[in-house]
Amino acid sequence: MKRRESLKAIGLTALASGLLLDSCKNDTPKVADAPAKTATPEVDPAGREEFELERDKKLRAEIFFTDHEMATITVLGDIIIPKDEKSGSASDAGVPAFIEFIVKDIPDHQLPMRGGLRWLDLQCTNRYSHAFVDCTPQQQLEMVTAIAYPLKAKPEMEQGVAFFNRMRDLTATGFFTSKMGIADIGYAGNAPNRWTGVPEDVLKQYNMQNVKV
Amino acid sequence: MSTFEIKKSGTVYDAIVVGSGAGGGMAGYVLAHAGLKVLMLEAGPFFDPAKDAQQLKFSYESPRRGASTVRPFGDFDAAYGGWELEGEPYTTKDKTEFNWFRARMLGGRTNHWGRISLRMGPDDFKSHHLDGLTDDWPITYDEVKPFYDKVDRMIGVYGTVEGLRNEPDGIFLPPPKPRLNELFIKQGAEKAGVKVIPGRGSVLTEPLPGNKDRGACFFCGQCGRSCKVYADFSASSCLVIPAIKTGNLKVITNAMVREVLTGPNGMATGVSYVDKNDLQEYQVKAKVVILGASAGESARLLLNSVSSNHPNGLANSSGVVGKYIHDSTGASLGGFLPQLMDRKRYNEDGVGSVHIYTPWWLDNKKLDFPRGYHIEYGGGMHMPSYGFGMGMQSINGLVPGRDGKIKEAGGFGTSLKDDYRRFYGTQVGMAGRGTAIARADNYCEIDKDVVDKYGIPVLKFHYKWTDAEVKQAKHMQETFQEIMHNMGAIITSKPHGPETNYGLEAPGKIIHEVGTVRMGDDPQKSALNKWCQAHDCKNLFVVDAAPFVQQGDKNATWTILALSMRTSEYILDQRKKLNV
Repeated sequence: MKRRESLKAIGLTALASGLLLDSCKNDTPKVADAPAKTATPEVDPAGREEFELERDKKLRAEIFFTDHEMATITVLGDIIIPKDEKSGSASDAGVPAFIEFIVKDIPDHQLPMRGGLRWLDLQCTNRYSHAFVDCTPQQQLEMVTAIAYPLKAKPEMEQGVAFFNRMRDLTATGFFTSKMGIADIGYAGNAPNRWTGVPEDVLKQYNMQNVKV
Repeated sequence: MSTFEIKKSGTVYDAIVVGSGAGGGMAGYVLAHAGLKVLMLEAGPFFDPAKDAQQLKFSYESPRRGASTVRPFGDFDAAYGGWELEGEPYTTKDKTEFNWFRARMLGGRTNHWGRISLRMGPDDFKSHHLDGLTDDWPITYDEVKPFYDKVDRMIGVYGTVEGLRNEPDGIFLPPPKPRLNELFIKQGAEKAGVKVIPGRGSVLTEPLPGNKDRGACFFCGQCGRSCKVYADFSASSCLVIPAIKTGNLKVITNAMVREVLTGPNGMATGVSYVDKNDLQEYQVKAKVVILGASAGESARLLLNSVSSNHPNGLANSSGVVGKYIHDSTGASLGGFLPQLMDRKRYNEDGVGSVHIYTPWWLDNKKLDFPRGYHIEYGGGMHMPSYGFGMGMQSINGLVPGRDGKIKEAGGFGTSLKDDYRRFYGTQVGMAGRGTAIARADNYCEIDKDVVDKYGIPVLKFHYKWTDAEVKQAKHMQETFQEIMHNMGAIITSKPHGPETNYGLEAPGKIIHEVGTVRMGDDPQKSALNKWCQAHDCKNLFVVDAAPFVQQGDKNATWTILALSMRTSEYILDQRKKLNV
């Protein structure tokens, strides 16, 4: 079966031919505005085992973080990944909802996240007499700065550093796996095409024109 | 009142095939196409990649963004199953380790494998002369070659003719072009004296001549999810589903086979199984019984098939069943290429198998370990999924920022956000897959104390690596480091030393386990003859990786396919002669 026929067989002809044309232009895809609520989509049951569907349903019905914890995650997430000229912020991309799901899915995250948020509030209460979310933006940045740089953080901040590393990881992974984040990073695949090797201009850029396998 | 009864079917099939993966699938395909009435029993559900593959989904279509919480190779991976199955345990003894990956589904593990399709070479079939450490197969490369050729034509494999003595060429489709990272690898490896050639994979980079049922690859790089247009080899799409269309193959899914039944003369009469849907017990009959349940499960079935004629388990008068289990060695190293930061974006998904690889290139006379390994390479601008960007604080302080100054590691805000973009697509990784020596003291046996939820006694594994495998892993690490250094890459994997066996993966982790029902000419030392027919039971055959005498540094699937086809044609021939 030819490539075009096989794409037609899975209903991709129109889409595919468009994408094949696009791939010739080698554009970086434009960043589209994505809806915020893409964090926990309903799963298509085809190709999923019964226990997987039941597990997902159960996890969706559970609530782990309190409203206060979610508010803190939202503020922290937007400090880690703010809106810039290219794309929106972590919360614009639905990252807090993703974090709520993933800690239920991977319970190893639960204790360090809950305890870390509590550690942060206690630090802020001692320093500024307020929980993290109730501090001024200036105070929040000062607090985050104290735990965001592992190599220069003070020894008494180590628990905060460990928490912030995890928070940074979950925020970045949540953001760059969202529709908005994938467009931002410029991933150009997951689309039918014909791979013909590294584009000429790129070969030239790295002086690889003569490297053959 | 007890309702426990065994339902017996009066039908006598020409053949029963247990398992629907590469081995079972091929047997079902050949025999059904030859007109035999075949019954296939599969322990998992039906799976058709055309409908069930998770292909072309974006990470955000998974609530866990593709994380491996439920499926060990990620949420979109095709395999139903994993290292642990609910209610189906296995055990280990003497504090040894073995990891057993099982996929319960039509097509088995072939739905998600790497499609790396390598022939074993002349020195892999006859390896005793190399160093005396291993036993020879009862067959030569030349005897298997015609079947490799037929498999190449029937299923399709890309590659290039290289003329390497122990890496036999096949009948190849064009290979995919290398990605940018792979050109850097080629340069770095060559400086280290390491040969790099195009990969060999069962993906249809061009339409397969004469085949109207399978589509050509459209380069999404997602073979691990299985292919909706059947452009890669899965036993489901390429063997079992076409065999069903002949009208000669009946498949019963969710059928967990308990034992092979034998008659008063010791010959196989059929099998008994539990239906996972209704939990009833069934017995089905056939003139020939063919096991393709996987190296582990086929050994388990034989050892659980005890009768007065076969007190030691079926096909086991030699006592070798379960012994000589061996998995490929594996070790890996990862890093990134700083010169690729801020690279131009384009679609480089390519195929889901390897674009390039390194066949074994050295002479053991100059080395302190036997045999060798091949190297598989990866990296590039893949779809971000769960795990993407994690650990940024351990890499963004290693290289200068846009202003040319070394950044403080970690951070937050717009500058951090920019780092994820800058590092995207710079990753590079390499993994060795090598020959492990088959040893009688690495084995699986029946655990006398443990049964699974169907009451079937489970396997207990005993597996230890030796100095031979550890030194091979050490050599892998040294080679990988040299290649990385030559490429100008920064290594990010944690360094491995003797305390971690140089990163040597635990036995079973590479999912290439073979050798549990080995073939041979001597019935005292082998369970099967050179046709994969049981010495003790002439109408019983094994067609998965269990018959392997000694694996080479070649992934097993292409050899399983060739041997299963060879055995199936032998069965047809023996039927004509009225021998089975």
